[in-house]
Amino acid sequence: MITKTFKGGVHPPENKKLTDKKKYENLSIPSTIRVPLLQHIGKPAVPVVNIGDIVEEGQLIAKADGFISANIHAPLPGKVTDINLFATHMGRKNTCIVIEVQGNFGHKYNTFFNDWPSLDSAQLLEKVIAAGIVGMGGAAFPTHVKLSPPAEKPVDCLLVNAAECEPFLTVDDNLVKAFPDEIIEGIEITLKILKIRKAVIGIENNKKESFNLLKKTIASKNLSSSISIKMLKTKYPQGSEKQLIQVLTGRVVPSGRLPMDVGVVVQNVGTVFAINEAVIKNKPLYERYITVTGSAVKKPGNYKVKIGTPVSEIIDECGGLIKEPGKVIMGGPMCGLALSSLDIPVVKGTSGILVLTEKETSVGDYCACIRCGRCVQACPVNLLPLEMANAAEFTRFDLTDEMNPLDCIMCGSCAYVCPSGRPINHFIKLAQNHLRNKK
Amino acid sequence: MSMDIKEKKLILSQAPHIHAKQNVTVIMWIVFASLMPAAVNSVLIFGTNVLIIMLLSVAAALSAELAVRFFLKRKLTVYNGSAAVTGLLVAMNVPPQSAWWLAPVGSFFAIIIVKELFGGLGFNIFNPALAARAFLMASWPAEMTTKWFTFGNGSIISGNIDAVSSATASSNVIDVISGATPLAVLKAVPSLAHQSGAAASEMYNALFSFDMLKSLAWGNIGGVIGETSAAMLLVGGIILLITKVIRWHIPAAYIGTFSVIILIYYFATGFETPFYALFFHLLSGGLILGAFFMATDMVTSPATSKGMIIFGAGCGLLTAVIRLYGGYPEGVSYSILLMNAAVPLIERYIKPKVFGTRAK
Repeated sequence: MITKTFKGGVHPPENKKLTDKKKYENLSIPSTIRVPLLQHIGKPAVPVVNIGDIVEEGQLIAKADGFISANIHAPLPGKVTDINLFATHMGRKNTCIVIEVQGNFGHKYNTFFNDWPSLDSAQLLEKVIAAGIVGMGGAAFPTHVKLSPPAEKPVDCLLVNAAECEPFLTVDDNLVKAFPDEIIEGIEITLKILKIRKAVIGIENNKKESFNLLKKTIASKNLSSSISIKMLKTKYPQGSEKQLIQVLTGRVVPSGRLPMDVGVVVQNVGTVFAINEAVIKNKPLYERYITVTGSAVKKPGNYKVKIGTPVSEIIDECGGLIKEPGKVIMGGPMCGLALSSLDIPVVKGTSGILVLTEKETSVGDYCACIRCGRCVQACPVNLLPLEMANAAEFTRFDLTDEMNPLDCIMCGSCAYVCPSGRPINHFIKLAQNHLRNKK
Repeated sequence: MSMDIKEKKLILSQAPHIHAKQNVTVIMWIVFASLMPAAVNSVLIFGTNVLIIMLLSVAAALSAELAVRFFLKRKLTVYNGSAAVTGLLVAMNVPPQSAWWLAPVGSFFAIIIVKELFGGLGFNIFNPALAARAFLMASWPAEMTTKWFTFGNGSIISGNIDAVSSATASSNVIDVISGATPLAVLKAVPSLAHQSGAAASEMYNALFSFDMLKSLAWGNIGGVIGETSAAMLLVGGIILLITKVIRWHIPAAYIGTFSVIILIYYFATGFETPFYALFFHLLSGGLILGAFFMATDMVTSPATSKGMIIFGAGCGLLTAVIRLYGGYPEGVSYSILLMNAAVPLIERYIKPKVFGTRAK
């Protein structure tokens, strides 16, 4: 089997054994949930409910504000008790709708099925918009935006990202194992929305079981002419959008441009699954699958959780912590977000919760750059991370402005390999902020 | 969940939240360990005198760094092994019979002047050990160029030097070349031949011989403590490559460029055994030590692959030119120091093309 890959990247220990064989379990229903209005890239949604309102499971509670935004739905039936600022995963306080659980579950999303082939592209897209689907891989970009390329940018290829290059996480891998048919059907639906006939799935070669399962499913549905699957080398950041496009299609997204500029749309495998549920079951995106993992977690595994569930409740449900936590991370260890509090709720883009002890994580003590060049080798976009970080460290943003900071994809490979422990991509982020503010 | 965990302050930082194991301290001690085969070999050949020199030199480097950083109120980082490596490299750059104070003085210079006064590890422009060698050469030339180890009768090198001497058939010449380094003898061949009227080609044949190459590989020849055994240095170099502490670019470009120029020279000048000449040059002097341990010093070499190749090629070119045409028999240290100075220039012009951008 030929495995494909990109230039640069790193090989952190995979640590997927903790959860890769664990089948999905449902977590019990939390008593209170807090649903942030900004879970995606773009404008926050606008609440359409008031304090005191009774809401149903799946009811629209906040409406997308403009095109680059997304609808938000009630994950549970209950009463809206507060609409206020609370700590969220973004590191600052954002408006959240608080729902106290009460009433009954309708189960309506498990009984209704659409005959999707009878719907046209616009009707299908309408369902994706209504369901409030965003990228499930982590970035949470509103999916309908990617699925409506402007006429002057024709798209001819859909790439489905099942690489899951982040260490520890097994959520996509298990999603494929649990729902191969739904995922392939989701790809068919997405192809119809885009009005194209070609999709390529990319998956890393440490997930052979999922690879074979998808391959078999494609063959059994007689879709081999339109959907293909390719094995990728296990390397971080294999799942990064621009790298994936280059590996699977040979196209290079120009600096500062989008995948659709080279005729490609990339969707995470979880997003494709959500599209399937939105179209077939009319089901809004109000719950998702996540990996809860780390040596400090008593029962690491893959779980189905309601959006808005506080991290503390999820950890409790997993048997609590058996070691003192140093960092609690939403997402993977390479580009996840460190949480300031365990009260922070799960959002649509949360692929996992990782608890690292202080010993397992890198603590912010660093020394001078020894110019070893490991960051240059690791950088998948060919920057000179050391130079940019060294200049930004001393606020020489006049220098960093000329070093293409905005091409950095924040994969963190540079900081991962740095022998001096320098927070290189943190410095690059400062350079990015400087240039963005100037523009 | 118990309350104490909920109230515990969590660490916050930008991702990534995990880190590769190879940090500066690990890297430096791997370099130190990879110098051990050559260091131990030199103790076996030259005796405990060189062990004392090495110990004193490392101790001087460590104490110098400790003292300077203490007085400059910098964080004490003596455990990270960088000073120990410098101390050992300085010791490996002095002759085995040199006075005990020579290497420690070099270490003081390397650490205090070349490294710490420029800002410490990461900010020095020149390789500290090589700058120290240049300093010692300029200050105590006799101590640095005549205190070679003299081998007793029966050693292969003596036999070869004797062959050169007998070809010259002049007793005062024997004094000049006994106990010199093979490269010094090579450099002296034209004048020796002129003085004695003997055939230069015979002398060259004695030097470019298989016996000579064997001596060069194992180290029973005149030379500084660390440069003598090419084989042991190669073992260390391979350790560095396997542990990924260094990359192949600089040693390969250095040795490759050097070999091409040497071969061209000996072919062009009509030598009978140009390949013996090539291996004589590769195994003698500090070439292997320089290519694997000195030129690859991360702080003073380029960070990009292309830059590394240019840097290595520049070192190879300069070394070959100095050896073939220069006044010194040996060119490794000066060529690397010159290329150290050229690193900012290389870095300025060799920039990788950023993903998705067009070449400027």
